[in-house]
Formats: sequence, C-alpha cells, structure tokens
Amino acid sequence: MARQAPIRDVAPTVQRLRLRYAKRGRLRFSSHRDFQRALERALRRAEIPMAFSAGFSPHPKVSYANSAPTGVASEAEYVEIGVTERCDPAAVRAALDEALPPGLDIVEVVEANTPDFVQRLEASIWQIELPGLGVAEVEIAAQKLMAQGEVTVERLTKNGVRSFDARGPVVLLVVEPGPGCAILRAVVRHATPSVRPDDVLTALRQAADLVPPAPPRVTRLAQGPLDPVGATVGDPFTPDRAPLAAAKT
Amino acid sequence: MTVSDLVRRGVSVFDQLELLLPLVNKPIQYVGGELNATLKNWDDVQVRWVLMYPDAYEVGAPNQGVQILYEVINERDDALAERTYAIWPDLEALMREANVPQFTVDGHRPVGDFDIFGLSFSTELGYTNMLSALSLANIPLLAADRDDSHPIVVAGGHAAFNPEPIADFIDAAVLGDGEEAVLLITDITRDWKQAGCPGGRTGLLFELAKTGVIYVPALYEVDYLEDGRIQRVTPAAPEVPWRVRKHTLMDLDSWPYPKQPLVPLAETVHERMSVEIFRGCTRGCRFCQAGMITRPVRERSITGIAAMVENGLKKTGYEEVGLLSLSSADHSEIGDIARNLADRYEGSQTALSLPSTRVDAFNVELANELSRNGRRSGLTFAPEGGSERMRKVINKQVTEEDLIRTVTTAYSAGWRQVKLYFMCGLPTETDEDVLQIAQLARDVIKAGREATGSRDIKCTVSIGGFVPKPHTPFQWAAQLDHETTDSRLAKLRDAIRADRNYGKAIGIRYHDGKPGIVEGLLSRGDRRVGAVILAAWQDGARFDGWSEHFSYDRWMGAAERALAGQVVDVNWYTTRERMKTEVLPWDHLDSGLDSEWLWEDWQAALAEVAIDDCRWTPCFDCGVCDQMDTEIQVGPTGVTDLPMPKVPDHAPVAEHYAQLPN
Repeated sequence: MARQAPIRDVAPTVQRLRLRYAKRGRLRFSSHRDFQRALERALRRAEIPMAFSAGFSPHPKVSYANSAPTGVASEAEYVEIGVTERCDPAAVRAALDEALPPGLDIVEVVEANTPDFVQRLEASIWQIELPGLGVAEVEIAAQKLMAQGEVTVERLTKNGVRSFDARGPVVLLVVEPGPGCAILRAVVRHATPSVRPDDVLTALRQAADLVPPAPPRVTRLAQGPLDPVGATVGDPFTPDRAPLAAAKT
Repeated sequence: MTVSDLVRRGVSVFDQLELLLPLVNKPIQYVGGELNATLKNWDDVQVRWVLMYPDAYEVGAPNQGVQILYEVINERDDALAERTYAIWPDLEALMREANVPQFTVDGHRPVGDFDIFGLSFSTELGYTNMLSALSLANIPLLAADRDDSHPIVVAGGHAAFNPEPIADFIDAAVLGDGEEAVLLITDITRDWKQAGCPGGRTGLLFELAKTGVIYVPALYEVDYLEDGRIQRVTPAAPEVPWRVRKHTLMDLDSWPYPKQPLVPLAETVHERMSVEIFRGCTRGCRFCQAGMITRPVRERSITGIAAMVENGLKKTGYEEVGLLSLSSADHSEIGDIARNLADRYEGSQTALSLPSTRVDAFNVELANELSRNGRRSGLTFAPEGGSERMRKVINKQVTEEDLIRTVTTAYSAGWRQVKLYFMCGLPTETDEDVLQIAQLARDVIKAGREATGSRDIKCTVSIGGFVPKPHTPFQWAAQLDHETTDSRLAKLRDAIRADRNYGKAIGIRYHDGKPGIVEGLLSRGDRRVGAVILAAWQDGARFDGWSEHFSYDRWMGAAERALAGQVVDVNWYTTRERMKTEVLPWDHLDSGLDSEWLWEDWQAALAEVAIDDCRWTPCFDCGVCDQMDTEIQVGPTGVTDLPMPKVPDHAPVAEHYAQLPN
C-alpha cells in the first residue's frame, strides 16, 4: 500500500479575513504557540467555516504575522484566515471574540482586499513602563542612546547567540511620566533579526547604564506602515477598507 | 462566619506574583484564565476548597479527576473550588525570596486561606510536591502541628488506597470515587462551621471519621512487632470505625462531568477532550491496582457518551476526543459507539481515539472505524508479559496467536507502526520470560511483512518495571531488585539489536529499575516511611516523576538517615515477600476486595492458573459487590441510534450577502 495522502474534497477558500487582536492583562504571558492553539479552538467553537489545507493532516488556513514576545501585552497583533463561505467580518469578530478567553480579544476584522499585508507592517510602537524610574533619568538615557549611530546587542535565539544593531531601527524614543514609573514610547522599524523591546532596554543599559529595578511592563500599541516624517505608525487595514468605502458611496 | 474566616480573606496575590513571572520559564502555566474556568466570590459561600494535582500544570491541568471535582463543588451555592499545581523550582525560589505563598490559578488566592486542601494522587511520586506546596502555603508539614487557622488536608486518588506513608502530613484520606465524597465533606464542614466549629479542627476531623468513609489517620494507632511487622491498627476512640470503606459512584449517566471541560492556554500533555465511557474493570489482571480498586464495572450509556462528546466539542473546540476507561474496547456497545461517532463527525476534522487498547482483531476494526478520516500512524497493544507462562501468572489472557492475528489485521489495514507494552520484574519471572519479548517482536514484524509485502513497518517495544501495589493479588510479592531488572533489560536489548533481519524494525524503550524501587517503597510503605519522604524532600526531592529531577541516591540517603535505628529498611519494604498472616499497612482500608480471595488469586498466579471476567462468566466472589452493596452496570441498552441533532449545514456567522461590485 502506497503512502499517499487520502484524496478529499477540499473546499476552496472563497474569502480571506484579516484580524487584529489584543493580548491583555495576565494573558500577556501566553506565548505565540499558546495563542495559536487558543485561536484554532476558538475558530471551531465559533463555527467559522474554515478552509483547510490538503494532505495527511489538514490544517486550518491561518497565517500569523510577527507576534509580540511572551510576557509583552499588545493592542495590535495580526492574523489572516481563509474561509470556505463568505462571512460578515463584523459577525466573525463578535463570534470569535466570544469564543476566546477574556484577555485575548478580537479588536477588528476586515475582508482582505489587497495583497502584501505583511509588508505593510513596517514598524511598531512600543510602550515600556519602567516602575521605580524617574522621567529625568530615563530621558537622559534615551538621549544618550539616540545620540549613537549604532549599539550592538546580543540575544539568545534558538539559533544561538546573535549580535545585531539595536539602535538603527529605533526611529523615535520619547519619555512620559506615569503612575510610579517612567513610560518610554519607542517607534521601532521591523528588521531582521527584529529589535524587540528587551533589545532596546539592553541598548539603554549598554549605552547609558540604565538598569530598571523591577521588570518593565511592555505593550505593543500599534503595528503598521511607518511614517518617517512624523515618526509614527499608520493603520495597516486602511487599504483594505478603501474598496468597501468606495462601494458604499 | 467563623473567626478564621475573618483572618483568611482569600485576597489575590497576583500583583506580587506578576513581578516574578517575567523571570520564569513558561509563565502562562501560573496565570489561569482557562476557558470554562469558574471564579466565585469568596464571601458568597461557606465552604472553600482548593484542589491540587501535585505535578506540573502541564500534567495536572488535563486531569479528569480534578476537573470533575472542581465542577461538582462549584455547582453548589454554598461552596467554591479553585485549583493549584506544583510550582517549578525556578519560581519556587523566587516566591520564597519574595514571600509569595502557594496560590490558586483561578483567583490567585493563598492556598492557606481555604477550608479544605484536597490533593489527588494518581501516583506516589507526587508526595514530595505536596510537601513543597504545604511549605509554600505556610501550612505546617505535620498534621499534628496544625491549628484551627489551617486548612484540612485531604488526600484522594489511587495512591490514597494506602495513605500510610503520608499519614503524618495529611488530615484525612478518601478512597474511591470522589464525586459524592467531596459533597459529603462539604456538607459536614458547612454544618460544623454553622454550628460555630465545635471542638475546633479535631472536632471536624472526628465528624468526618465517624462516617466510616473518610479516613483520619490520627485517629488510628499502629503497633509494631519486634521484627518490624505491624502488630495491629486500632481506632483511638470508640466512635471511630475499625475499617474505612471506599466510595463507589453508581449510574454514571447521572454524573456527566466534566460538563464544562477546562481548556488551558498553556500546552499540556493531553491536548484533547476526554469522555469517560465506563469506570472499573474486571479483566482481573493481577498486577493492575486500578482494575482491582475500581470494581465493579459501571458503563455510561451510548446516548450519554454521545451527548458528552457533542457537548464537550462545542464547549472546548478541541479537535480530538479520547474515549477513556481502563479498557475501552470492553464497553458492551463499543462497536455502535465507534461507528455512530465516526459517522457523525466524518469530514469535520475531529479525531476520535481509544487510548487503551486490547489485543484482538475487533479492536483493530474499532481503530479503523475511528480513523476513517485518514490518520493511521500507530496502534498500541499491551500483552504485558513476554511469555505465555508469564501472561498466565498475571492473568493477561492473550495468546501469541491472538497477538499475531491482531497485528496482521492492523498492518493489513494500513497501520505502519505497532507499539507493544510489557512489564519486567513480574513475580516468578526469569531471564527467559523477558527474552521472549524479542521473539514476539520478531514474529510481529515477520507477520507484518508477510501481510503487507512491504518492509516499511515498525514495532516499538516499551517496557515498564513492575511495582507491586496494595489491594492486588501481588501485594504480597517480592519486588525485583533494580540490578536484576537492569540486567534483564540489557539482555533483551542486546538480543533485539543483534538480530540482523528484524533488529532495525524493532524499537525498544525502557527505563532503569531504580525509580521503581522508590515507587515500591512509597506504594507498600507504612507510617515509618513518612520520615523518609520528609528527609528526601528536605534534601531537595521534587518532581520525582520527572527523570531530570529524580535522584535515586538522594532517596536512598534519606531512607538511611530516616530509618536509622529501625529494624526495617528499603529492601524490607520492597524486595521482601510477605506471608499470609502479616498485617499489611492498608488492611484497615476497605477496597471491597476480600483478602481471602486476593490470597487465593495470588496462589492461582503462582500455579499459573487464569481466571475469567465476571462480566461474561459467573461471579468468582472477589467480594466487592457484596461488601460495597454495588453491582455491575453494563449494557447493551438496546439503544443503537444516537438521538442527536445534526450539525447545521451552514455556520451561523456565514452570511450569504451579495458580492459587492468592484
């Protein structure tokens, strides 16, 4: 008997939907794999008519974009799913949000009307709360870091220790006061390897001896196209919404 | 409200814990937030339980026993239950430094604030994790040192059928099915609190003991003979019964738990939904404690099973359903169950599995039915004994022809890999019996190659060390020493590897014999073993079920210290055969099995005489049904159709709105 995948009627993908979700509160400690499992189960509970891949072990068609690290909260994570029946994005948002545990929240769903979505995720805005640090000392450290052209940091990845520049991709670094803490707001361009908030903190330690006395609380506020002039990040769904808006008028 | 209720407020410690979580491995396991979890208001109830599965979250969270009790208690208006699991050493160290107590994953409340701390022991290797939890919860390790401000510590699970080794650390133990037992304990505790806690903690324990179904070790005295054996176990007061009975839940259909299966965010060892299709087993395998202590067989009906599967899939979104029991193919209507479920979920990407499998061709047909959707990777069978003689000793009634016929059917149906489970160290076993495993594996591959005409088939042989357990016919047997176990396994490995023709198609998996000796000590130990557990824990023993944390030398060192000056030692507890007249540490704990019958069955084992299953042959007087006033509850029910609604053709969110113009 030959080892061939059974031939099935694989229902075609008729629509692709883009989801923006948030990882909030204690669920920021979920890893990307944890989220993947939770989402796939929620898709089943919500009875979303998922498209599946063919082959020995069919998988639901879900593509994940760059996910925030474990322990980091986020207001702007993105996935794309393929479905076999046309669905109302708003209904999918409500059903899926209901099926996910509180803390993993579906913020918005749009129909994918444009290609190259992942390429639009050019940069992120990170909010880094630093308990026990004052605005002034963080401000000085941030200025010191931004004054440098390049700061090489090391991080342990699954391929071993990697060295890379953690300064170059930082487009903006501002400090605001918060309750009992200083809040860093960083706009960071996506690069390879990606510069994560902990890399920025490592760079601050190396460049300006800034050492937070307690673990920082980090939240990704946005992901999307980088506006280099205003040093801010746009909404990556805007092009997908455009045809819909055009159709309605 | 009692005085201690004013002190024990159940205030969340999450804010303190949160600061530690970024510093530890897999923090998600400590934050809770499982789908279908319940969090009740502390002040709305009178009785508060914390339930622990004393192993890591990834092992404990899927545990069915804890999930069932969690739900049964939380369904009451006057009680709540939260869960806690063993904490890995990285977080334990940080918690001790920051003074964060053992917490529940539901409300992150301190474990020490609850009224009752229930622990479910599937295995004795969780005992040291109990001590870690007690210590982190600031509850005195020794029951004798606790006062009215501390929870009542209750042990359950299969290991609780001999709780003597942990008698110093627990306040009470429950034998058997927990559903009704937790309700009873809740009632007694509530009444006692409402009456103003008469007699304090001791008063409550006394009320529990008087029922005759809750064991309070402190209310029994153990006397020893000069040679170390037990002389007698006596109740310490006239109202305390001589023997404590196990609980037996009848009519599984009226207990369809879990109705709200927990779905953890963290990855766990069982990424599937489980439905228990029956409880108990009367196959009579003599090594099997589970089969002995869970009698009689009580089936869930075909309709009850179908409803639980449907409800569970809806509530969880799992894509796999396991039909659980001690021997699932033995359900009287398993054929219909498998066919109907396979029909119902065909094309839905839902996988069905029977985790425990029996050696016969019918079982392969079942597996074929359940794997219609395509996944045919491996099938597992458990002949347990390598030689025909050995299988008669253990009463595993499988012939070599049965096995060959079964695997031939399996390979012909497209299964490529067969896994075979065996044990090493069984009573009367010789090297020759174990070497027969190699011959059996060769015959399996040979039959598979002939049946399929292909060389692309595999057989994995997996061997566990036998540990004699209380309340089984082998409770009197000598455990094999680890040196002999290891040498037998080495000979078997060499025999398989040396085979040019078949060796490469046979995989072999086994562990060394040392952990089995510690398990044996804890399984058949008495109260004197408590000192060994405490010493081992003080020396750092934790997570003893994990080979990377287990240390045999640490346990042996602890035993030497703790048993110094005693006439007994580790060998006395493990490799020594017991005589009929010896008082066993668990003799006052009633599993329903008649000890005369157990002894006769032990003698029958030595004479290599098999006995049948009482579901299909007349009763052979094991004693359980008479003693416990229970009966076998099996089908067939005659109901063959599943009266279930069909899933709708269209998903509710699918909206057939007109295509928008481009």
